[in-house]
Amino acid sequence: MEINKSMEGKLTFPGQIHETTDGGILVTKLDDVINWARSNSLWPLVFGTSCCAIEMMSAADAKYDWSRFGFEVARATPRQADLIIVAGTIVMKMAPVLKRLYDQMPDPKYVIAMGACTISGGPFFYNTYSVVKGVDHVIPVDVYIPGCPPRPEALLHSMITLQEKIKHEQYFKKKIEEIR
Amino acid sequence: MSTEDLKNSITAILPSSTFDETGEFLNVVITSEELLPLMNTLRTKSEFDFDFLFCLTCIDWKDHFMMVYHLLSKTHQHTLVIKAKIADRNNAQIETVCNIWRTAELHEREVFDLFGVKFINHPDLRRLFLSDDWVGHPLRKDYTDENMISL
Amino acid sequence: MRGLIGEDILTEEGEFIINMGPQHPSTHGVLHLKIWLDGETVKRIQPHLGYIHRSIEKMSESLSYRNFIFATSRMDYLAAHVNNEACALTVEKGLQLEVPQRAKVIRTILSELTRLQSHQLWWGCTGLDLGGVTPFFYAFREREAIMEIFEETCGARLTQNYMVPGGIMYDVHPNFQKRVKDVMIQIKGKFEEYDNIMTGNVILENRLKGVGYLSKEDALSYGVTGPTARASGLSCDLRKSNPYSAYDQVQFDEILDTGGDCYARYMVRMREMRQSVSIIEQLIDNIPEGDFQAKTKNVIKLPKGEFYQRVETPRGELGVFIVSDGAASPYRIKYRSPGFSNLSALPIMAKGGKIGDLVAIMATIDLVIPDIDR
Repeated sequence: MEINKSMEGKLTFPGQIHETTDGGILVTKLDDVINWARSNSLWPLVFGTSCCAIEMMSAADAKYDWSRFGFEVARATPRQADLIIVAGTIVMKMAPVLKRLYDQMPDPKYVIAMGACTISGGPFFYNTYSVVKGVDHVIPVDVYIPGCPPRPEALLHSMITLQEKIKHEQYFKKKIEEIR
Repeated sequence: MSTEDLKNSITAILPSSTFDETGEFLNVVITSEELLPLMNTLRTKSEFDFDFLFCLTCIDWKDHFMMVYHLLSKTHQHTLVIKAKIADRNNAQIETVCNIWRTAELHEREVFDLFGVKFINHPDLRRLFLSDDWVGHPLRKDYTDENMISL
Repeated sequence: MRGLIGEDILTEEGEFIINMGPQHPSTHGVLHLKIWLDGETVKRIQPHLGYIHRSIEKMSESLSYRNFIFATSRMDYLAAHVNNEACALTVEKGLQLEVPQRAKVIRTILSELTRLQSHQLWWGCTGLDLGGVTPFFYAFREREAIMEIFEETCGARLTQNYMVPGGIMYDVHPNFQKRVKDVMIQIKGKFEEYDNIMTGNVILENRLKGVGYLSKEDALSYGVTGPTARASGLSCDLRKSNPYSAYDQVQFDEILDTGGDCYARYMVRMREMRQSVSIIEQLIDNIPEGDFQAKTKNVIKLPKGEFYQRVETPRGELGVFIVSDGAASPYRIKYRSPGFSNLSALPIMAKGGKIGDLVAIMATIDLVIPDIDR
């Protein structure tokens, strides 16, 4: 049989090869357990600047109840929180404060941008001199929620979306690549 | 006191004032130098007794500023609007009234922050809403900013 | 003379300065307070504002007379209907437009519903600030019922934007009367429950009685209005002294108290909630038939001049001052917000007390910070 010269010395295996995540079965299962634990007990930071904060409080009350999903305890200090829900407009005077809060949170941390003001400046986009047009100019965002203000059910939907996003994270693959 | 009585009493104190009765309240237009003595009289004399300052603001009319003070008397239930014209826009100064009405302290800081009008003898004249290193006074009509996006 | 909100001075012997906010669970928004402390006693307070200054006044100078009303819903979001009504009334004053009776009565009913849900949220958050988490859930239960009425009629829960110059945007939902009557019956039964949970509680009385005294002369000089001033004996209810919309057709009391401390402010708001229910009950069965909006031109232009309207929001007196030069947009708008003047009295109320007292005072003044910063 002739060897294919275009491969330049590499022989092709005639069967099929399946890629598995590095580490194989044991580490994949460990990833699943860690992601399940993380997504079901995200503790948000108490951070609301304006109107969306009231809808966030409504999502915490008895009718919409976010603690069914694990977001039971809203911590007052960023050192004990893993999620920051930016609810309300961010202005230029507040942006360094938000960045400092984000930096104080320990890894892994997630950000939900709630409301039109945090996506792009919202209703305060034109002819304002002090509004930051979108909170992703300051911190990286995981989930965006449109609305002015979004309903509490929209906030619950975004929290479930964030949980799904976390369940697809591959913690150990990143670690092993770093070691290599 | 009725509007006619108020007009007569104020003309007696300050003959150079002009009046404007087109709106809901009686407007008195004076210059910025005449402000403090008139305000003191309006507060202390018992026939006026204007003890409630409910709005203090500034309007930028492109060649001059106009400070607007809305006054109310709780005892006599009459309302008055004092408008003090600041002719020099580049070096806008006026006396403070926060010794007479304590609410003026924060209101005058806001006017200084957004318009740039300096208040003489104010106890703490600093910027209020914008950060201390902000350049310019945004509510002026000739303010430009590259962050402002227009339609 | 040094103002009480004075310049930065060095601390005296034994004093230290701490920051409270801008991110803090009990500052009701983004308020930054610099507190000079001697142990745990407050010596001076210096508020720093501007962390939510969204330049609403400058933005409104480029919007039309129908459009600028939306921003006031976001200014004091717990009193959105009242703020919108203030703007619409000012424009109507400029146009000298007569609003139909049906629109006036519906505006008053919605304003009183807004006052009721704002005081309920205040009650829940006062409990939360003082350490009790339970009132928060009870308050939001009734509030959700009122939000459902708003959503069915106006389309939005929180920032409704339902008032237009001339009347209301569209007619009320057919279910409106029945739902409001049901909610009034539900809420009236709950007042006793609120009193059982909080008002007679010995911990609440110890934390609020004698704390944060504000005299009547100070309230007048600092421009304090609303329930905060009425608790010091200052009569300032604009619904009685300068009635607008349908307030001259209803019977209600102005609630005054002479205590001047936090407990008096608490009791004034609890009694105002009962007055609001009584006003709604007087109006809900007699909504007159007719138009819900007076005819206006498509492009509204106010004549040259200045127009001022004062309304009574749940926090105090809101003033809308429009300066017009004949164009289709306002030349200058100034919002005289109630929280701005109420906050200026905070340093004298909190001086000499402890930090826990400061939290109780801020809870009973009922501040909404975007209202202060605009």
